[in-house]
Amino acid sequence: MAENVFITEETVEGEADGPLAGRTVAVKDNISTEGVRTTCGSAMLEEYVPPYDATVVERLKAAGATIVGKTNMDEFGMGSTTETSHFGPTENPVAPGRVPGGSSGGSAAAVAAGEADLALGTDTGGSIRNPAAFCGVVGIKPTYGLVSRYGLVAYANSLEQIGPLAPTVEAAAELLEVIAGVDERDATTREAEAGGDYASAADGDVEGTTVGVPTELVTGVDEGVREAFEAALDDLRDKGAETVEVSLPSVERAVAAYYVIATSEASSNLARFDGVRYGVSGGYEGNWNEAFARAREEGFGEEVKRRILLGTYALSAGYHDKYYAKAQDARAWVAQDFDAALSEADVLASPTMPVPPFERGESLDDPLQMYLADVNTVPVNLANLPAVSVPAGETDGLPVGIQFVGPAFGEREIIRVGSALA
Amino acid sequence: MSDASVDPEEVRHVAGLARVALDEEEVGRFAEQFADILAYFDTLDEVPEVDRERDLVNVMRPDEVHESLDQSAALANAPETEDGQFKGPRVS
Repeated sequence: MAENVFITEETVEGEADGPLAGRTVAVKDNISTEGVRTTCGSAMLEEYVPPYDATVVERLKAAGATIVGKTNMDEFGMGSTTETSHFGPTENPVAPGRVPGGSSGGSAAAVAAGEADLALGTDTGGSIRNPAAFCGVVGIKPTYGLVSRYGLVAYANSLEQIGPLAPTVEAAAELLEVIAGVDERDATTREAEAGGDYASAADGDVEGTTVGVPTELVTGVDEGVREAFEAALDDLRDKGAETVEVSLPSVERAVAAYYVIATSEASSNLARFDGVRYGVSGGYEGNWNEAFARAREEGFGEEVKRRILLGTYALSAGYHDKYYAKAQDARAWVAQDFDAALSEADVLASPTMPVPPFERGESLDDPLQMYLADVNTVPVNLANLPAVSVPAGETDGLPVGIQFVGPAFGEREIIRVGSALA
Repeated sequence: MSDASVDPEEVRHVAGLARVALDEEEVGRFAEQFADILAYFDTLDEVPEVDRERDLVNVMRPDEVHESLDQSAALANAPETEDGQFKGPRVS
């Protein structure tokens, strides 16, 4: 495949009947599939074959879907471009020479290139919405707790959710309906109060809907992206929606808070990769610590090491209060801000990404610049809210995405508004 | 951003805590990058203290015995096993 969409191509047939019968689904390679290797885009797990299915994969099979492969991704979900994969970068199928976004870049590219009808990705700080925007497809980051994370190789548990990518909002909603719901194997899942039946919300009816536009999320946005975003808002107003300005002062601290929390959780989660039960072995020369350090030197790429070290630093003695505790304050502040803004509007709208797709190689030398590209998506994960990215036209032939954020378990509302555009 | 670099010795110390071996080139690169990233993290000093009101609920389930992976499946991905057990490096 020219675009390097899949790490492993393998057909797993679902049960014949079900809502996804006849549909093909590509699955991000950090979601466990029984008998099919699951690498997380890492040399560490190059040979790892899970002995069980993630809950979402069980649900796909039961719904009759055919799994067509495991998609390329930034290593362990760490990156915004799908260039940190051990298996090489994925190319953006609709913008050659550009990245597909990350970390679910393979899943977004699979849908954009027609290699699969639908795909599953994961979103810790924007990793479904970012590649959806860059590849011109739809991606939903569900409310935290709506979809089981059992069988997902953990990166930052308090932030990440599995969610759908699809050509249309309705198709994404159909896939969400299949994977959503309480799972006794993931105690963080919750029953949605107004749960289920997401596809029927995709009726495009925005008459009387109030769309809040947070000023902080449209300042500093690339000119062409901004024009496409404004045109999408015009379209919604033509269809009967009303737009109002709202403010989210906390979001200026959200990216810093996000990276402190995400790297801290990553440093703890990735401690399990010691090369004893699975993964690259450090051999038996030297002691336990030396063997682990060798296995992890060999098995992890640079971005993963960088984040493990940053997280270890943020949690270490003397720095915990300065970084981790402050990040938790910022997280609570962001959640409060969203509550206030969503009391003035039904949904919030912003450009998904402040820039069009990067050229390949552009962001790799400066990690901080790459981290800052997530400025519009990470606040949503800190607040545990649902959001959808929908195509909003193009700038210079490159896709632009618009993001709609809703209240907790307000998936139907963001699906309704999103479906007015795609 | 701060133009002071993080001490390479500090990077080696943290890498030791994290059990990640680094080569000298990586130590140098991380020391430079961490100066920028940590200066950015320092902006969290401006965050006001916020009341964290969360409705937290305990999620409990009965402690019942379920079927689990059998021994061979559990060991299938291990680089080394011996007598049905994982084989790891010596502890000290």
